[in-house]
Parts: sequence; C-alpha cells; structure tokens
Amino acid sequence: MSLMQRSSPHVMGRNTTSRIMLWVIVAALPGLLALSYFYGWGYLINTVICVVSAVLAEAAILMLRKRPVLKTLKDASAVLTGVLLGVTLPPFAPWWIMVIASGFAMVFVKHLYGGLGQNLFNPAMAAFALVLISFPLPMTTSWSTPEAISGEPLPSFSQQLSHNLEWQAYDGITMATPLDHYKTKIKRLTADELAQTPEYVAGPFYGILWVNLAFLLGGLLLLFLKIISWHGPVGLFTGLLVLALPFSADADSAMPVLMHLFAGATVFGAFFIVTDPASSATSNRGKFIFGFGVGILTYCIRTWGNFPDAIAFAVLLMNISAPFIDHYTRPRTYGKPKPVSGYKLPEESP
Amino acid sequence: MSRVDRIWPLPGGIHPPEHKSESNGRPIARLPAPHKVVLPLHQNSGLPAEPLVAIGEQVQRGQLIAKGHHPVSALVHATISGRVTAIEDRPFAHPSGLSVPSIVIESLSDQEAALSPEAVSMAPMRDWATETKERLVSRIQEAGITGLGGAGFPSHIKYLGQRQIHTLIVNGVECEPYITADDRLMREHATDIVTGTQIALKILSASTAFIAIEDNKPEAISAIKAALVAVTDTRIKVKVVPTKYPSGGEKQLVYLLTGREVPSGDIPASLGIVMQNTGTLYAIKEAVVSGTPMTERVVTITGEGTPNPGNYWVTIGTPIQDALAATQVAVTGNRPRVIMGGPMMGYDVDITAPVSKVTNCLLVPSATEFPTAPDPDPCIRCGLCEQACPANLLPQKLFWNAVHHEWEQARLNSLSDCIECGACSWVCPSNIPLVQHYRFAKAEIKREAIETIKADQSRLRFEQRQARLERDAAEKDAKRKARAAEAAKAQAAKAQDTPSTLDASAKDAILASVARAKAKKAASTGPVTQEALENTVVLAQQAVDKTRVKLATAVSDGLPSVEALTGALQKLEKRLADAQSALQSHTETGDAP
Amino acid sequence: MTILTAVIALLILAIIFGALLGYAAIRFKPEGNPLVESIDNLLPQTQCGQCGYPGCRPYADAIAGGDAINKCPPGGMATVEALADLLDLPVLELDAEDPDAEQNRIAVIREDECIGCTKCIQACPVDAILGAAKLMHTVIEKECTGCDLCLEPCPVDCIDMVSQSVTITNWRWQSPEAPKIIATDRAETTHEPR
Repeated sequence: MSLMQRSSPHVMGRNTTSRIMLWVIVAALPGLLALSYFYGWGYLINTVICVVSAVLAEAAILMLRKRPVLKTLKDASAVLTGVLLGVTLPPFAPWWIMVIASGFAMVFVKHLYGGLGQNLFNPAMAAFALVLISFPLPMTTSWSTPEAISGEPLPSFSQQLSHNLEWQAYDGITMATPLDHYKTKIKRLTADELAQTPEYVAGPFYGILWVNLAFLLGGLLLLFLKIISWHGPVGLFTGLLVLALPFSADADSAMPVLMHLFAGATVFGAFFIVTDPASSATSNRGKFIFGFGVGILTYCIRTWGNFPDAIAFAVLLMNISAPFIDHYTRPRTYGKPKPVSGYKLPEESP
Repeated sequence: MSRVDRIWPLPGGIHPPEHKSESNGRPIARLPAPHKVVLPLHQNSGLPAEPLVAIGEQVQRGQLIAKGHHPVSALVHATISGRVTAIEDRPFAHPSGLSVPSIVIESLSDQEAALSPEAVSMAPMRDWATETKERLVSRIQEAGITGLGGAGFPSHIKYLGQRQIHTLIVNGVECEPYITADDRLMREHATDIVTGTQIALKILSASTAFIAIEDNKPEAISAIKAALVAVTDTRIKVKVVPTKYPSGGEKQLVYLLTGREVPSGDIPASLGIVMQNTGTLYAIKEAVVSGTPMTERVVTITGEGTPNPGNYWVTIGTPIQDALAATQVAVTGNRPRVIMGGPMMGYDVDITAPVSKVTNCLLVPSATEFPTAPDPDPCIRCGLCEQACPANLLPQKLFWNAVHHEWEQARLNSLSDCIECGACSWVCPSNIPLVQHYRFAKAEIKREAIETIKADQSRLRFEQRQARLERDAAEKDAKRKARAAEAAKAQAAKAQDTPSTLDASAKDAILASVARAKAKKAASTGPVTQEALENTVVLAQQAVDKTRVKLATAVSDGLPSVEALTGALQKLEKRLADAQSALQSHTETGDAP
Repeated sequence: MTILTAVIALLILAIIFGALLGYAAIRFKPEGNPLVESIDNLLPQTQCGQCGYPGCRPYADAIAGGDAINKCPPGGMATVEALADLLDLPVLELDAEDPDAEQNRIAVIREDECIGCTKCIQACPVDAILGAAKLMHTVIEKECTGCDLCLEPCPVDCIDMVSQSVTITNWRWQSPEAPKIIATDRAETTHEPR
C-alpha cells in the first residue's frame, strides 16, 4: 500500500504573500498622503494611473505567458509596484509617462525575468530610470512646489487631472525638486545666499521633511511587523553618512547631511526600495552591505553626477552585484567555525 | 555558579500553537496487552537483525528473539507471550510505506498475552552503584534499549565511546506541539528518571547532568526538582528553557545549555557531552534496577480524531490500528489518517504497521486540523525563512538550489547542517514545502556520491580491461615479429651457405623438419587415391601460400632472405604444378574412389 | 591642452585596467583541466556503447570534438543538462529509441542454463562477469553497469536484465511536485531523478 508521500511539517503558519504586499502598501500610505498634502493631487492621481496600468500590464503579460491571471493578480504585487511608482514619479508629468513606466516595470523587469520573486532589478527603480533617461524634460521639470513656497495655490483635483491627462495644461509652478535646486545652486552660492533664494524662503526642508518622516513612520511599521529587517535601511543611512559627514564639513560647497538624509527619496528608498527582497541580497550581512553600497553610490551620484536624485541608479547598480554579495556573505551556520564564502567548496579530505 | 545557570538564546525558531492541554491533563493510562504484535527486524545500520526463534515456537514476554550482528544494532525482545506465527515482510512505520521482515507473535488469550511482569527478565541490580561500568552498559544492551526521543539509536553505543564525557544532558524539552509523553512521564516518574540519570552519570564518569525542561511544563519542573531534593545529588541540575520550537533538537539544546556548538558533521561527544531522552533514562533505570527489557513505552495519542486524547503505556509491536481502537478511535479500512510523531516532524504511517520503540506520538488529525496544503506560490524571497532557521542557514538559497538541482551550491550553503525541523516551511507565506525539497536534495547528493564512486570504479575496470587487451595484443604482435625475425635470420644464415655457423640445435631442427617433409612425402606416395592426390595438392598449395607470405614480408622488411625465399617459392610452385597435374590425370583416367 | 589631458588620462586608465586584467588572468587562472577529462567525469561510465562509441572515454573525446551531447541514455537528461552546462550548449532532447527506458538494471545469469562458453565474459566492458571456459559464469552484481552488451553474445540467451528494487535502505524522498500551471510546465526540463 503506497501512501501519499507528504513530508512534514503538516501545519503551516498563517502568513500569505498578499498579506505581506498589502501591509507594505499600507505602510506607504502615510507618505503618499503627506505628499498629496504638500504637493497637490498629482501624486494621488498618478498613483491611480500607475496602479491601473500595472495591473493591466501584468494581466496582459500573464495571458501571453498562459498563466492563471486572477490567481496571480491576487497577490497584490502589481498594485504595490504601482503605488511605489506613483510616489516617485513627478506629480505634473503626463499620463503616458506613468503608463510607460508601469508597463515596463511589469512586463520587462518582472515578468520577462520570470515573474514574482525572480526579478533581478527592482521594477520601480528600473522603470524610473528608463523614464528619466528617455524623457528628461518632463521628468525634471514636472515637480510641484508647495503653496507656502510658491505663493500660488495648488491646482484643484479637476485641474490636476486635466493637466495630467493632457486635456488642459496648468500653468503652474512646476520646477525641479528641492534637492536638485540645492545641488545646482550650492555650486555657485554660499549656504547663506542659498537660504535667501525664493525656493527656500520657508526653509530648505519645507514639505519634504514631513514627507520623509511619514515614510519613516511606514518603515517603522514594517520593521515592527517583521516584514523587513533593519539591515538594509541602516546600511543605506550608514553609507550616506560615511561620505556625507566628512564632505559636508564645508557648508558652503556641499549639501548638508540632513539634506541628504531627509530630502529626496532617501527614506523612501531605505524602507521600500532597498528592502525589496527579490532584488536585494539574501543574508542579513548581505543586506547591510547592499544598503551600504546604495548609500555610497547615492552620495557619489548626487554630488558629482549629473542626476539630482540618485537612489534609482544606485539601487540598480547594487542589484547587479547582489549575487556576488551573496556568495561572500553567507552566514556562519551552526557548527562551522567560519562562514563558507566563495564559489568553490573548500577541499575536503576524502 | 551563574555561568552554569545561564541559558543561551536560540537563533530563529517559531511558536506554533502548542495543543498540549488536550493530552497532558490525565495520568498515563495502560492499554491492555494486545493479542498480536509485529516486531520489525530492521535496524539503524540497515542490516536486519537475525531471528533466533522459528515459526511455531512458544515465546515469553521479555524473551530475546532476534539479534543483529552489526555493532550498531539493538536486540529485539518478545513483547507479549504467545506463539511465533510468522516471520515475513510486514508493513513498517516509515514514510516510505514499505515492508520489512518482521516477527509476528500471537497469543490465544488475555492471560497469555498479559503475562506480566516480564516473564523473562534479567537479574535486578538493586545495588547498581557498586556494579562496574561494563556490566551496566551490557545490561543496557541486553535490554534492547534504543533512544526514545526520535532516531532510535541503540543507547549502549553512546556509552561505549572513546571520548571523555563530562556533561550529561537529559532532554525533557519536548518542544514539538501535541506531544506530552515526556511531560507526563516526568510528572509521574520523576524519581525513576533521576535514578536513571545517576546510573548514566556513573557509566560516563561525568561530573554534571542538566535536566532541560521547557517552561510550559511547570508541574514537571516541580516534580523533578522535588525528586532531586530527595536524592541530594549536587551533580544534577534542572535548567528551564524558554518555550520555542525547536529547542529540543540535540544540537540546539547543546547550544542553549552550554553556549557551545556541536561541530558540523560531528556528535556532541566531541564536546564531551552525551544527550539522552527522559524516557530512555527511565527505561535504563527499569533495565538496571528491575531487570526488565524494553517491551513498552509511553505514547501520546491525540488529535481531534481521538475521543480520548492522552498518554498511554503501549506494548511495543502493537499494530497502530489496534492501539487506536483501544482508545475508541474509529478505525475502518486504512482510515483514519495517522501521523507518527508531531505535526512538525512526523510522517504519515500505514495503520497496520506496528508501534515501534521510537513512536512517541500517534496523531489523528481531523481534516480541518491539518488541511491539505494549498499549491505553493512562487517564492517572493521575503527572507522570513532565514529569520526562523535555528541553524543559521539560508533556506531560501537552499530552496533554489534544490529546485534547480544545483547540488554543489547546496553543499556550499551547508545543506547537510539542516536538521529538517520545519520552522522555515511553517513561516513561508507561499506555502512552499521546503523540508521536502531539502530531503530530496540531500538524497540526490547522496545518490550522486554513490554513483560517482561506482562510475569511477567502472571506469577503472574498463581502463584496466583495455590495458589488458592491448597488452595481450602487443604480446602477440611481439611474438609474431620475433618469430618472423628468427625465421628470417635462419633463412639468411642458410642462404650464406655456412652450415658451420649454424647452431647444432638449429641444424638438428632443420634436419628434423627435412625428415618430416620426407616422411610426409612418403606418406603421400601411398596408395594412389583421389583423396591422397587432392591432399597433396592442398598441402602443396598451403606451402606455396605460406612462402608467398614470407616472401612478401621479407621484401617489405628488406630482409636478406629474399633471394633464398624466392628460390624456395619457385621449387614449391613447381611441386604444386606437379601435384595438380597428377591429380588431373588421375581424375581423367576415371579412377573415381 | 585639454585633449592631451584627456588622452593621457584614458591612457593611464587603460594601463591600469590592462594590468589588473593581466594579473587576474594569471592569478585566477582556472586549473588546467583538459576538457575531455571534465566531460568524461560527467558520463556514467556504463561503457555500453549505446552512443555509438566503444566506451565513455571515446564519446567524451567525440563531444570535445563537437559531437552531440544527447547520445547517452544511461546518463539520461541529467547528463545532457550537465554537459550543456559545462560546454555552454543548448539542452537537447535525449537521442535514444526509448528515452524513458529504465536504466539502473543489472544482468543476472540463469546458472542452470549457462554452458560456459565465455562469450559474455569477453563482451563485458568492465569485466564484471566471473568465470572460465566450461566453468560456471556469474555476474558480479556490484560491478555491473547495466550496459546490456552481454545479452547478444550469449548463445543460449540465459541472461536477464533485472531492475533494482526499492528497499527500506535505498528509499528516498521524491521532489515535491511543481504546480503544473500550464502545459509547458509539465514538459519543463527540470527533470525527475532516475
């Protein structure tokens, strides 16, 4: 009599994939709300467009791959990617940028590499990089300015919607990000002079500080739920600080440390991007090194590179090295004096 | 003192629902002795024990009925009194569901079956403290005691090691959900367990013993502590460990209690530590003090499918279905589903298989209690499995290695250190059966190692065979060449017409062959028959052919005998022509045979 | 002047990286394992000749010379994939009459019928048959590779190929079934073990 060969264990815990994805989406919501408060409806509208495009793109590629569509969509990973993209893309950018970014993320970065859990690169960041390089003008000038700085009211919902869908342009105060401004201006002005420029009349951190704190709140929630581990975010901050502290000693020629930490997408990247498990390193030490590398590269690109915000490129570069990091950061397992590193087994005695 | 009391934290681990209260509330009951027992002869070493009884023989409970010859094997005793009715393949409690040779004993009546206390037992050693270690160890071996915690290793082997042992760890942790056998045994037989510990300490000449108990068993802790107070043995200490699965695993518990790790691939004895389950020590105490061999053990029968969950003394060899029926579990056909062991490391068993020495729990779950696992989703690489692994492995990496059959990588990722506890599968949000992947991977690595050895052996034999054939061919070739060279040399010497240069032996050889040829010729000039003439033709043709070949060789090799051979060939060809014409004329004269 | 600076800078970079690469080429040079040796190590050493070559080593030589990698039925898809991996070639379907034919069989001589002709002994590529002329022949179970070469020469057809049964000592856990979502999943190259 042959028995169904079921191996132990015969019980499973209650965790599911969709639950993890949903919690991450929930953790991103405070940040999204803070962005909407300071920068207008653009972010929300974009998020909706991104989510819809991502889900449709995923459905299309699943049908092409002949996989069960509804079952796969239920794990909410497309929605999560949509939310992450909606939060990073500029609020005044036209709708087709959202669609292209989401479609690229789903089809090329995720599914053509094998689907859920198989992506080599972070889908949101790869899509961001694609769109940034392909459409530099909308991507660098479609950023919004808070009312307190510009003096102009933010567009209403319908105005924003019609602008983004290109029915009616909103002649507004679209400009570059605060980070970009600071970076370009600090090359020519001193810190004091910079504080006098109109963009910083309310302080260089107005708006973005709150946004970053909201994302920090979300990140702490994820840490508490044990959905992410602290190694990646701490690695990123450490990497940034290691370079930012010495170089920012001269306040008149470099961005201050706090600017690095709390402007741009740093906090968001630390808790939501670097912690994407499929594209990051595996062991805890590996995650720290991964985050550290992202931090170092981010500082380098921000300071000496051409792009204002470097998280996307830094993450993509570290994604390439993640398998290599894995081979050299295996944990020390029980019973072994030191970790096994490298690609070949040590010579064993027969 | 504080270092001795310290407990180190276990990395990883999980907290599954315990389900202990269903079965730990009542004292251990005793199931009536069964009418039939099946005693498998399969041993850890893989070689079966050999029966010492024959079919039809009457045996008594406690009698030795089978013995293995391999050093790592335990003795098998009859567990009821009755008649041996069969020695054949019977289902065995194993995940494979295969059968192994077993001895079946059946008794006719309740009295016969229940002949207890042991009808056959060994002499009680009441004064065991004065016995020698060797006697105590052989008593353990004679009682057929195997480890009752899970693997069923013959216990006496642990006491025969060469290494100096300083610490004995008594494993009363019982971290797996549902199982409460050790809990109740500690509550009800604390003194016996302490005695067993002392016996073990004496054999090992160890200085310390730790009795490890999880903190979810407060009654057991107080019972053991009370028993220790009564014997005032300062060598033995109770250590309470936090409840976490899998703290009871051998390697994990060694680390928890001592902060030291068992080196990979080695056993705790390398650290001077021996670990024994509380049930094993109880059995040792019974064997030494009362002289009883191992014929029964405590089994937790629990699960929603059992109307009377609890712990029972079950005779070893009782078919599982009979044991369950005795506790009013409805048994029909091959239902219900029974898991031997707990939910984390147990396996489905055939219910006609017998309870063995390692059966610590029979779990009868309802369909809702252990639902069929849904189809696994893709791995999202969330890393929760690594956080849960008690051995600090990377289960995620091992999973990918197993799926892609990357055995080299699996070994790099320390697959052999996996204790198959199931914590990683439990936390996996995608419901991936990780432990089964690892078991498969380990099996494949082992199989490949065996096949590589076999392939190397085959290759060696093949190469040796090729070498042998080549050697034979070369020898033949060398001989042929030597013969040809000799013949050529002989011919050359002859052609130079200096018979005096020839050896006497060579001369004789030549004379002999000349004589042979003459004799042949004389023989062939017997009665002139068709046959004789045909023979002559054939012989002549053969001679011509041979010489032609020789000549060809000589020409190609450039030997000096070419001239001589050419002359010889002409002579032989003339002889052939004569023979052929003689035959023809004979045939034409119509002289048919 | 800036062009000169740029050129010099690039030159220096090129020298540095060239030196690095050269150092890496020497320091990290893979051990000189002849290719044929590596290929032969992946073959099952059955020496059966089903690939068309008289033994595994000649087939390894042929593969190194460019022959197809899918000719070894005893090796099965596992060997094809391992060879594909080693040589960076595409995985092909097994080129055999019956790719699912059971491997892992051993020859057993029915000794009652054996006439002692030694023909099978001469045919066995690994000398796994014990015997002599006019004396009993028997197969050494442990050395038999299941190549089938002894079946043909036997004039009384007294050799059987017997599959090795699963016993409690050689039973192994099977790989968990991958969920068969689509048709191509079922035909995937993640093969089942032999």
